[in-house]
Amino acid sequence: MTNHWTDIGNADVILIMGSNAAENHPISFHWVTEAMEKGAVLIHVDPRFTRTSAKANIYAPIRSGTDIAFLGGMIKYIIEDIEKTPQSYNVEYLREYTNAGWLINANYSFSDGIFNGYDAAARSYKDKSSWQYQLDDKGIPKQDKTFADPNCVFQLLKKHYSRYDMDIVSRVAGTSKERLLKVYQTFASTGKADRAGTIMYAMGTTQHTVGSQNVRAYSVIQLLLANVGIAGGGINALRGESNVQGATDHALLFQYIPGYLPVQNTAQPTLAKYLEAITPKSNDPRSGNWKQHQPKYMVSMLKAWYGDAANNDNEFGYQYLPKIQAGGNYSFIALFEAIDKGTIKGLLAWGQNPAVSGPNSNAEREALEKLDWLVAVDLWETETAAFWKRPGVDPKAIGTEVFLLPACASYEKEGSVTNSGRWAQWRYKAIEPPGEAEDDLWIAVHLMDKLRALYATGGPNADAITRLTWDYGEHPDPNKIAKEINGYDLTTGKLMANFLTLKNNGDTSCGNWLFSGSYTESGNMMARRDPKDNSTIGLYSNWAWCWPVNRRIIYNRASVDSNGNPFDPKRPVVKWDAANKKWIGDVIDGFGTRGPDLYPFIMLPEGVGRLFGMGMADGPFPEHYEPWETPVKNAFSKTDLNPVVKIWRPQEQGTPDKYPYIGTTYRVSEHWQGGAMTRNLPWLVELMPGMFVEIGEELANEKGIMNGDTVVVESARGFVKGTAIVTSRLVPLRVNGQVVHHVGLPWHWGYAGLSTGDSANLLTSYIGDANTTIPEYKAFLVNIKKA
Amino acid sequence: MPKARLIDVSKCIACRACQVACKQWNNLEAMPTEQSGTYENPPQLTASTWIKVEFRERPNEWLFRAHTCMHCTDAGCEQVCPTGAISHRGEVVYIDQDWCVGCGYCVQACPFQVPHKDEVSGTARKCTFCIDRITNGQQPACVKTCPPNAIQFGERDDLLNTAQQRVQTLVMNYGYRSAQVYGEKELGGLHTLYVLTDSPAVFGLPEEPKVATTLVGTQWLSGVVAAGVIAILPFWLLFRRRNNQNHEVNSGTGGR
Repeated sequence: MTNHWTDIGNADVILIMGSNAAENHPISFHWVTEAMEKGAVLIHVDPRFTRTSAKANIYAPIRSGTDIAFLGGMIKYIIEDIEKTPQSYNVEYLREYTNAGWLINANYSFSDGIFNGYDAAARSYKDKSSWQYQLDDKGIPKQDKTFADPNCVFQLLKKHYSRYDMDIVSRVAGTSKERLLKVYQTFASTGKADRAGTIMYAMGTTQHTVGSQNVRAYSVIQLLLANVGIAGGGINALRGESNVQGATDHALLFQYIPGYLPVQNTAQPTLAKYLEAITPKSNDPRSGNWKQHQPKYMVSMLKAWYGDAANNDNEFGYQYLPKIQAGGNYSFIALFEAIDKGTIKGLLAWGQNPAVSGPNSNAEREALEKLDWLVAVDLWETETAAFWKRPGVDPKAIGTEVFLLPACASYEKEGSVTNSGRWAQWRYKAIEPPGEAEDDLWIAVHLMDKLRALYATGGPNADAITRLTWDYGEHPDPNKIAKEINGYDLTTGKLMANFLTLKNNGDTSCGNWLFSGSYTESGNMMARRDPKDNSTIGLYSNWAWCWPVNRRIIYNRASVDSNGNPFDPKRPVVKWDAANKKWIGDVIDGFGTRGPDLYPFIMLPEGVGRLFGMGMADGPFPEHYEPWETPVKNAFSKTDLNPVVKIWRPQEQGTPDKYPYIGTTYRVSEHWQGGAMTRNLPWLVELMPGMFVEIGEELANEKGIMNGDTVVVESARGFVKGTAIVTSRLVPLRVNGQVVHHVGLPWHWGYAGLSTGDSANLLTSYIGDANTTIPEYKAFLVNIKKA
Repeated sequence: MPKARLIDVSKCIACRACQVACKQWNNLEAMPTEQSGTYENPPQLTASTWIKVEFRERPNEWLFRAHTCMHCTDAGCEQVCPTGAISHRGEVVYIDQDWCVGCGYCVQACPFQVPHKDEVSGTARKCTFCIDRITNGQQPACVKTCPPNAIQFGERDDLLNTAQQRVQTLVMNYGYRSAQVYGEKELGGLHTLYVLTDSPAVFGLPEEPKVATTLVGTQWLSGVVAAGVIAILPFWLLFRRRNNQNHEVNSGTGGR
């Protein structure tokens, strides 16, 4: 989240899209309801009318996988409205804080669904050199603040989305033009400087072959509407696990090491090369270019990991770190392909249940059989832990050695949990765990202790393991780990106050620069519990601690005008006190003594928000492509599928003649992810006792299916059984002249636990987003019949 | 000043945290249910389900209402109870489990189908308003857990004010022309109040709830029953206590 949970209460308009917040983030509705009580309007855009839609002022149905068409239409609407009535928008923000007026290389072009620089054989944009700014003789991007230059971003954006008119958007997304207009008008009303609009999104946005570009489309809209950096605004990802934000911050994803530093690869054989690659440059005196500090964070992290074994003579231990193949894909699908091929022989499934939650579950369950060993760490015996005795297989025929390590639940251990709003909150152990269950920290420390004993007598790259700082003892203390993450000044032995004084010479250590400041000489900041709010906008700055440096709303410099006065005086986030040369309010974004002349988007080398995003794998502007499996051709271009996604298993693609309906998967309030934590709890099983399939009344009539019937849903990869819920909440959509039906499936069930049922992921496809490879769980083709 | 609970259906997101919180606090067992083509389960209130969210579909609407004991001022269950097991304790209509003989009259008499007979204990059971919590300065469990504050607890007069203001907002700003407060006058005044976005019938509530004493017989029949009860009560209580002890022993070995 750019903002945080409490801040949703500040919004005037709330757009929930690609999220069923009322069901999957019920607590968020504490603040949604608070905003609505103050008069906020709630918009929900979703293929299904859900418990969220039930609370919305405006509900807009959409065909799954057409978000960019829907949002592209909104971008077009806003651009035209800005030109028509600029007084209704914050044009100063657009001009000064976004790259709207910045000039792009004249060679940039786009034609029939393809941006320039595309290499079809490689399915990749090999040459992105023209997706860049024109520079002046000082090396500073050129600007035309009147937005007249045909190569300025505003004009390129306008041209790109000129194709997204109401007719084609309605035809592609299946949303009526009246409903589209209502949504566009309502959300665009937050373009006024004293109005705030927030976007709440989740996996309905990201789990598509264009998932990252869906989020980019939100960025474009929120920058056009001056809604980033302000109270009640922002782009807010509702994270699906209580601590998934913390997990991601500490390098859950393969492309990062802690603190979102890029993972080292084979093209960076030395520390110098790596540091060069992660040190962006800017010649613009107005740009803070915060990432220029990344070498300090990297070296301090190596010092935290390797202590005295990391020094100037050995590149601070850089060679101890494994390096991924440059350009290699180590995402979830790639890992399972590698397991299937026998490249990966062992798997630690730690609090994860891929036999239920991975795409194409049949394939993933079969891949598990090829492992030499599997360790499952969980609260219950999950489907993954029990894959060798799943229905239909002969355990004697499976050679995998399986270990199940019982783990603690959250109430049985101490440590920090970082929520979607980046708040790290310390929690204490409430009760002892049952039986032999241990907390994750204990398991990790003892596992590594055993490994270190084995490597003490040698082994491949043994120094990487034996020289690690690993002095956690028999009963590891989470406070010690938290301090290590916070970092030390090694010359004084004192805890770092924050990351501002981290060094690249080995004088400081810091496990994760983003969390520097969370545990200082003043104590454990994450354990703070002061419920008093000293702001007028619910910052609660002394409750827990949030990264970075306790800044509750990031990019908050964008909330003030060129004099440092809040655009929205009702909801001030920060204010520049020119006389005393300091900021008042939330912790200012970077460089505390630097006034409002500094560009607000300090994490980008150019310092302004990107309407034109040069960092994407699949183009600087979001463009509509159809899902991998779709009932229709792309109406916007001849390029049906995102041209840079990797196609793992072409033979498993279903076609609309056999599978005419759009399958989409989701969660319900009553169960949690792969179900291990909830399908074993009788109270929750009572509420939601079995696998179901939601279909609209029209489709049910066509197929002779009655509510409560058992149905079979089939895709090119498998089939599942479930109880039909026939509902008026799933309406057929008219898409390109044809009627399109959705078939909805919750993905919580499996063959282990108290409540069992078929896994929806037996149906889902093995394809992912072009930038992240997150699987396309939300749109695939199925057929349905009465069992 | 009597307390009450206000359930605002316009804010309810049907997460059903109230159902689980109620079972957890009151230590009520889960019952086996089936997916029969609905999000709603269990199908109705039971002796071990004291609050449940009802789901109703209309075109472009999905209505949710948490159904539970109304804690009526003129409580039919109390009036028909032959042993006096059901009585008012302040605003709370309470079934004293030690005195309930399981005759089932209250089950019949309640216009909201709230009390149910428990097959194991043989007694009628229902929402206690978390009397153990509210007499100790706490909110009922359903209120405490509700994420959007759709269930509130407080002084009845204050809640009526809140409810009336909310109804005005729903009429003026949301276009719910039939929005109304339920429970202000019904049965002498309910202590579970509702903000409804439409008429009570739409939410499965009787427009004019009546105490259905005629269903279970007239006064003289109650008298006969009462006499019988008084005669057998000492024996019954003795028997039941032994039964309870057995039950406790059994459940003690079950673990969690």
